[in-house]
Amino acid sequence: MAEIAALPIEAEAGRERYRALARRKLAILAAMTAALCLSFAVDLAWGPARYGLGEVIAALVDPSSVSAQIRAVVWDIRMPVAVMAIVVGAALSVAGAQMQTILANPLASPFTLGISAAASFGAALAIVTSVSILPVAATLLVPANAFIMALIATLFIHFISQMRGVSVQTVVLLGIALVFTFNALLALLQYLASEQALSAVVFWTMGSLTKATWPKIGITLAVLLIALPLFARNAWALTAIRLGEDKAASFGVNVRRIRLETMLIVSLLAAVPVSFVGTIGFVGLVGPHIARMILGEDQRFFLPGSILSGALLLSVTSIVSKSIIPGVVFPIGIITALVGVPFFFSLILSNRSRSW
Amino acid sequence: MVALQLQSVGAYHGRKLFVENVTTPVMHAGELIAVIGPNAAGKSTLFKRITGLLKGPGNIVIDGAKTKNSITYMPQDTSANAVLTVYESILLARKQGQSWSVSDHDLSFIDEIMRALNITSIAFRDLGALSGGQRQLVSIAQALVREPEIMLMDEPTSALDLHRQVEVLDFMRRRARSKGMIVMIAIHDLNQALRFADKVLVIVNGRMRACGNAREVVTVEMLRDVYKIHARIEKCSMDHDHVIVDGTAH
Repeated sequence: MAEIAALPIEAEAGRERYRALARRKLAILAAMTAALCLSFAVDLAWGPARYGLGEVIAALVDPSSVSAQIRAVVWDIRMPVAVMAIVVGAALSVAGAQMQTILANPLASPFTLGISAAASFGAALAIVTSVSILPVAATLLVPANAFIMALIATLFIHFISQMRGVSVQTVVLLGIALVFTFNALLALLQYLASEQALSAVVFWTMGSLTKATWPKIGITLAVLLIALPLFARNAWALTAIRLGEDKAASFGVNVRRIRLETMLIVSLLAAVPVSFVGTIGFVGLVGPHIARMILGEDQRFFLPGSILSGALLLSVTSIVSKSIIPGVVFPIGIITALVGVPFFFSLILSNRSRSW
Repeated sequence: MVALQLQSVGAYHGRKLFVENVTTPVMHAGELIAVIGPNAAGKSTLFKRITGLLKGPGNIVIDGAKTKNSITYMPQDTSANAVLTVYESILLARKQGQSWSVSDHDLSFIDEIMRALNITSIAFRDLGALSGGQRQLVSIAQALVREPEIMLMDEPTSALDLHRQVEVLDFMRRRARSKGMIVMIAIHDLNQALRFADKVLVIVNGRMRACGNAREVVTVEMLRDVYKIHARIEKCSMDHDHVIVDGTAH
């Protein structure tokens, strides 16, 4: 019988190819970062008030050198929206990525598991009935209610997923059931609402970055900055979970602990941005799929890739939302789906073997 | 050198004691032990209990292990739909619990294992594009790069063609000897067990029926009682025992 180890194969070929593959992925991440910077700059420069690029740059670099009007438009109006687009896009995309990872389901996202629907119901409850779940100031009533409902939905999903004998498919099915439940409750509130409250609810559920303020950005960013190191620490383990529970366990991964930890962090990551900007459904589902298709699922690349793809998707959408009709900013929730779907289709169809 | 002994070991599946009272002789470094028995006899459950994935009574005594994580288990299910290349999935097995950086030593070791299993040609293929047999070979590589001292393999050759089965089992036996590993393999092919195993452990209905030298354990009586078959055991030209099945026993 032939000696297996003696087969004539080029020595170290795999090592070199792997290094080249890793370098290529780093280059893709660098390109995505550059694209995000460009998109951010365009988002700041673009708006109903037509300022030259020079004026916008001057307002950024030396605010005292430009008029108070330009300063106010760039720093107080455009900047919070542009930054919020990036932060929310990143947070929702990472939340979706990790939900898909630990639930082993390509359909998992804050939107499809009912978290966005729960947040919408919470917000509508505040808008229509002024009922507050938490004792907070009136200005925070809507986001606070939305957050609490989103958190309740996520924790419900989480505890169900921890029950013995519950498969990940069951969890996703329950999530979809939650979507229907909260949508029905939302419809009921809308049916009972005054005309004014109804229009406010509809606008909220469409999702809009115009609600962005610096404190909201700060809170969302803080959650993201707490979550990322924890995910990064578990990068190998999370990747292993995608090979199946038994396989991950055979590598020494404590699957139950990683799932619990990840789900709790994801619940915050999904609930916080949705409570601030409303339902922006698509990014949490598609952001991770884009990252997966171009970078694969090694979390060392997939995690930053999901951050960048989500941030880029929402940043570009922010530009598109104010470009369609000059002077009108469309709710970003609508535009995300309209911009994202054709792009997503083209990616999936051209890259079938690398999608889920 | 590592040594393993099971003392009155049982394993729970939920609340039910699925495997009970398994006591083996001491298994020594360099040995290959075939674990045989009918479907659902408790082979996988026993492996999961030894690995610590299932709880249960009894003692698993490991002497002389160099590291804390000395056991690696290769599960039976090798299906995976993760978007990873074969190479990345093997690297992943090696780097668990470690830093993000990947050393040349790590990669060279992976290259060595892939060469040994003759799977370098599929190194950069996506996991989803592999055949069942290829997935099984990748799974073996994933277990080996963890450099275990005790390796539990759950039907590692069930999807392999005959040539590959012999290659892999021969390689595992040589690897056990050269690295001082204990290799336990759950296997249905009794002829491969007779040919490659130093010891055979028979499990029936969650209990150990016998454990010892292959020739002493695999007997006509055992085949009739455990597998309900009429069979002869004859020597082949290589002086290995061979089971020849004449029919089922009712």
